[in-house]
Amino acid sequence: MDPVRLHYDISGSDFTTAGEASGKIKKTLKSLGFSPAVVRNVTIAVYEAEINMVIHAGGGAIDADIFPDRIEVVLKDEGPGIQDIDLAMQEGWSTAPENVRQLGFGAGMGLPNIKKYSDDLQIESEVGRGTTIRITVQNK
Amino acid sequence: MTVQNLIEKLDLKILSEGDLSLPVKGCYCGDLLSWVMSRAQEGDAWLTVMGNINAIGVAALTESACIILVDDAALDADALKKAGENGITVLQTDKDAFSIAVWINRLLNPEN
Repeated sequence: MDPVRLHYDISGSDFTTAGEASGKIKKTLKSLGFSPAVVRNVTIAVYEAEINMVIHAGGGAIDADIFPDRIEVVLKDEGPGIQDIDLAMQEGWSTAPENVRQLGFGAGMGLPNIKKYSDDLQIESEVGRGTTIRITVQNK
Repeated sequence: MTVQNLIEKLDLKILSEGDLSLPVKGCYCGDLLSWVMSRAQEGDAWLTVMGNINAIGVAALTESACIILVDDAALDADALKKAGENGITVLQTDKDAFSIAVWINRLLNPEN
């Protein structure tokens, strides 16, 4: 069975649209009848990854494939990359600038939240080239 | 208890009016958006000082019953616009989060 495919281009310059892609994915999942728990897990994970793209990478692209048994989301950017992924996975570790922190972001919860709310998280990152994040949430 | 009941009981000012008949099921206090995003539950009254456009996004994604800006925290102009577009109710009070949370607890659990 072919998945339901969604694609979004994320602008890196402005916070005013950040969260729109995760909102639209959420609506689609709800309309497809996924349970509130699954919808919530996907929404939180994608929202955090989307915000990361805006804060750190100057935007990027989000592709979501919705299968009956799982949701796979790939977020690809051409930003600065992550220098130390182990460090970035620690709660509280953040390289977000002060102006971003004043907006209520940059608490160092992004990647840990993505891991917490997904069943599988793969991060490929090359400094100076960009980062690709693959999130899988199983439909349990 | 609905959002409308909450407004009347706690004398809250309406900055943006969404669906005031939504039930208020709980309460969450917090200003760090990632933190709120992963912990607030659907139907919560969310108490915060964060009146920016991203707070509206978090309220929409978590399906909060309403945002209550405490300590007279301000709502940005673009946040007000987005709240209107998304049907998010934003309320305001001069009281602090603790006082409002205590009152919400009393209203939700009158037997305690």
